Order: sequence, then structure tokens, then C-alpha cells
Amino acid sequence: MNNPANTETTHKADGARFGGGLFPKHIREEWIGRTYVYSCVGLLVVTIFSIVWFIASKGLSPFMTGGVSLREMLFGLKWQPEGKPPLFGALPFLFGSTATSFMAALIAAPFGFCAAVFMTQIAPKAGRSVLQPAIELLAGIPSVVYGFVGLSVVVPFLREHFPGQGIGIMAGSLVLAVMILPTVTTIATDALATLPAGLKEGSFALGATRWQTIYKLILPTTLPSLLTGIVLGISRAFGEALAVQMVIGNAPHIPRSLFESATTLTSVITLEMGNTVGGSLHNNALWSLALILLLMTFLFVFIVRMLERRARR
Amino acid sequence: MKKSLLLVLSLVFALTLAACGQNNNSQTPGSAASNSPSEQPASSQPASETPKALSGSILAAGSTALQPLVEQVSQKFMAISENSKIAITVQGGGSGGGLTQVQAGQADIGNSDIFAEEKFTDADADKAKELVDHQVAVVAMAAVAHPDAGVDNLTKQQLIDIFTGKTTNWKDVGGIDQQIVIVNRPASSGTRKTFERYALGAATEDLPGSIQEDSSGTVRKLVAETPGAIGYLALSYLDKSIKVLKLDDIEANADNVAAGTYPVWAYEHMYTKGEPNEIVKAFLDYMLSDEVQKTDVIELGYIPANQMKVVRDAAGNVSSK
Repeated sequence: MNNPANTETTHKADGARFGGGLFPKHIREEWIGRTYVYSCVGLLVVTIFSIVWFIASKGLSPFMTGGVSLREMLFGLKWQPEGKPPLFGALPFLFGSTATSFMAALIAAPFGFCAAVFMTQIAPKAGRSVLQPAIELLAGIPSVVYGFVGLSVVVPFLREHFPGQGIGIMAGSLVLAVMILPTVTTIATDALATLPAGLKEGSFALGATRWQTIYKLILPTTLPSLLTGIVLGISRAFGEALAVQMVIGNAPHIPRSLFESATTLTSVITLEMGNTVGGSLHNNALWSLALILLLMTFLFVFIVRMLERRARR
Repeated sequence: MKKSLLLVLSLVFALTLAACGQNNNSQTPGSAASNSPSEQPASSQPASETPKALSGSILAAGSTALQPLVEQVSQKFMAISENSKIAITVQGGGSGGGLTQVQAGQADIGNSDIFAEEKFTDADADKAKELVDHQVAVVAMAAVAHPDAGVDNLTKQQLIDIFTGKTTNWKDVGGIDQQIVIVNRPASSGTRKTFERYALGAATEDLPGSIQEDSSGTVRKLVAETPGAIGYLALSYLDKSIKVLKLDDIEANADNVAAGTYPVWAYEHMYTKGEPNEIVKAFLDYMLSDEVQKTDVIELGYIPANQMKVVRDAAGNVSSK
């Protein structure tokens, strides 16, 4: 007869009388849902801030209490944390990371754009059924496999055809270019697929050929989105550790050619972190390198958001 | 009712997964085998005379020079029926990494080519006192070169000149006209520390153009493939793909090392933090048993510790037995 969960009018007047009167079902559901979502989001936010705070607190301590100057770390050329006196010059690593990431993006960008053009403009059916799964397959291959293939195939190839050791920035860039190709291609494909059809048709109506349309109209229009894809690719390449470490040589110096041993921020961290004792200056200096990596990631995200804002215009 | 039950169950499930994720790898010495809810409860029985099935897991990490031996012996150990419930994982990472991990409690056994006192010096010296040393074998390191380098012997001074960058071409030491490419290990490597201490006499810098690889296996691959490459490897890694160099005309083999004439050798240590617990002790006892010492150790290129005619202490002083 009297079903307390039924009507809205019962909850105010007869609150105390019925069991679920004060909190009827719909208000309870509301609260439960809200609590669940807020707690998940809260956990996420706390995790992100904890990670940033942890890296920052460990990474800033060489500068604040360890006696290492910012200028020495950013511009110094010698990295000898176990030497007497210990030196913490990280410029070779910054150079290596930046050079490999930018070169990888330079190599991958034309391929990515051409693949995207092929998949959307020239052969959409073949593109969607053959090329797209192939590129997504590239994205799924683990990075250690890339490193091993790089060491077994790319390095001997470069050694035979170019002067030098084969190992170095060129090998690292080639391996990274293949790794970031899926990222660049996917974003380029999305950008090209969402172009208004009227744009292309208008161009054909004016008498332009297909290639002229692609070259003079589509490319400039989608340029901000393409740049977004490229910056995301650079960001991924910057953070790649294992594949690069196997083919880049890891000598802590700035190389004199593309085919000489170099080092990146990520590879020096993986090589040395296991060996240091937690809390020592060497360990904290490695955390400073990790902090630099984190700040570079923030920078890339910032650039991407600026580009996206421009693309939406 | 159904929805809130589902919610509660999913939270309980997530928490259980998190608890199960805490595995046995960081056991403190003295504690028995399993401490996670998903393991069979058959394990923690008091030690008795009759052999019983032990269960649990062991993580051995560190030296890549010792890694082949520990891996092969762990396979044999796990194949014994009483030990079928024990899972042994062997990792690399270099002797420095192994010592750091066992000291921090992250690994049960730290494999190392160097004494703990050599790594934990000055302020950290009391960290070395917490570790208990088990010397399971002796390993020798040899300088190796690309097969076409044209040299099969180097004097100590020539080695020093190569690794400090004074000599940059093989023709200066009697080989072909080829640029020398140094393949190093990182600073955490016991192989590198042993080679530098006993073959070169001093630590060397990483020179521009040198290559650093973090495992002996990759070093062997690079030296075999890069013309002009020179590196150093434990005897357990030598094979036909690379050329083994003699040091001052003394060949790197078991007899010369045992007699003490070939100086580049080190004890293989398996360190535990404090006294080992039951299953780690069982593994270490098996490692030191005759069955392993007379077959696997020799088969893989190491030297049994009791065959050595000289002993060396942590400070490097050699004396005859």
C-alpha cells in the first residue's frame, strides 16, 4: 500500500515514519554516483600531483642542498657523478635527446602525411583495410623489439654504407621515426578526414588537379593539425628509453657526427639509476634529469594545446 | 540493492588485486615463504628433519657475468621435485645494481663480481656490514676483440693506452689499419670494475666515440660485428664469434687463473641481507654442492672456488692458500 520509494511528496512530510523516507531512492542514487565519480577523480588528481611533487622534490634537491648550480647542469659538458670532484654537466644528454627526437620527427612527418593522404584522398578503401591496420600494428610492437631490430638490422646497414660505427644519432632517429609513425599518421588521417567536402569540391570546380588540390589547399589548411601530430610524435620520441639506448652508443659526450656514439636523457637514467643508492647526490642528480624530462613533456603538451586552439579557428 | 552490491564488489576486487600485487620478492630474512593471500597455505611449517616441499619465490639480481651460471643452476634446482613450488627469477643490471637492490631489500640475492666493501665505501660503509657473502665460484675476465683485428696478445701498457684513448688505431699495436672502437660496460658493472682494477690498474673515463652497453651479451654481439671493436668479457661469455686476447702473453684459462698467474679474476658473490631464509638457503646450499661445483661451474667457464691456489681479500691483497 504505502510504498515509500514511490512518490516525491512523501519524503518531506512523512520523513521519520517510513524506512527510506528521508533519503528516497533517487537521491540516494544521486549521492552514490556523485561520490563514486568524485572519489575516482580525486584519486587521479592526487596521483598526478604526487608524482609531480615527488620528482620535483628529489630533482630540485641537488640545486638546493647539493651544491650543484643550474648552469652547470644545463650547460656543463662533463658528466662524472662518481668522480672527484663530481661533475654534473647534462648538456650532452639534452643535445642527444633533442637531436634524435627532432630528426625522428623530420623523417616521420613526410611519410605520415603521405600515408594519411593515401588513406583519405587517393585510395580510401585500400587504405582503410590494408594500410591502417598495418600502421596500427606498428604502434603495438614493444619498444624492446624495435631496439633489438635496430641493433641487428639498422646498425650494420648504416655501418656498411656510411663512415663511422653505425651506432649513433642517425640509428636512433631511424628507430624512433618508425616508432612515432603511427602517432603522426593517425592524427594526420583524422585531420584530413574531417575536412569539409565542400573545400575539395570547390577546388576541383575551379579546375585544379588532384595533386594541386592536395599540395596547395589541403596541406596548408590542415597544417596546424599536422603540427599537432608531429609535436606529439616528438614528445613520444623524447621519452623513449629502451629502444634508443640499444642503438645510440651511450658515450656521455656530444658526438662529432651522426654516426658516433651519443647519449639521451632517458638512456643515462636507465643505465645509472639501478646502480645508485637512494638519497645520494648521484641519485638525486638523475632525478633532476627526470625533472627536465617532465618539464619538456609539459612544454610539449602546452605547444599542442596552442596548436589545437589555432586549428579550431 | 543490486547496483550497490556490484559497486562494493568491484571496490573489494580492486583492493584485493592491489594486495595480491605485493609479492614475495621483498622478503625479509627469517620470514617464511608466502605472505600473499593468493598463495597456497601449505608453506610455512617449522623446520623438521624430513624433507618437505618448500614454496615461495626468490629474486636474484645483479651481475651479468654470473647470470648464466645462476640461471642454469636455478633451472636444475626447480626441476627437483621437492623444490617444484619455488620460483626463482634471475635478472641482470650489473653488480652495482645487484648490491644496491639486495641492500634495499628489493632482491633476495645480489649477484656481484665485486666485494660489497668495494661499492659501499666512506659514508655507506656500514651498509656493507649488513650483507652476508657467499662466494660460489671464480670468474676470469679477458679482453676481446673483433676477429679481424689482427692481434692476439696485448701488453698491460698497450691495454691502458687503448682504454685511455692514447692509441686509436690497431696498427699501432701490431694489427690492421683500423680505428679502435671501445665497447664499455656502464659504471655499475662488476666486469668493468674487475677489468679496470686488475688489467688496467685504474678506472677509465668514457671517451667520446666509445660505446656503452649494459649487458655482457650485447657487448659480445657488438664486438663480433663492429670492425675494430675491443671490449672485455667474463670467460663464461667467450665463444667463436670474437677473438680472445692474451694479456702479457698469458692466456685467460682456468689453469692460469687457479695458479694466480693470470691476474684478471674475481670471486662471484651471492650476497644476502643478513642470514638467508629457508628457501634462499636451500638454493645457496645447492649452488655450493659438489653436484653444481663439479659440473655446471666448469661447463660454463667458471672456476670452482676450491680449485684456486691463491686467495684475495676485499682490499685486493693476494696470498697463497
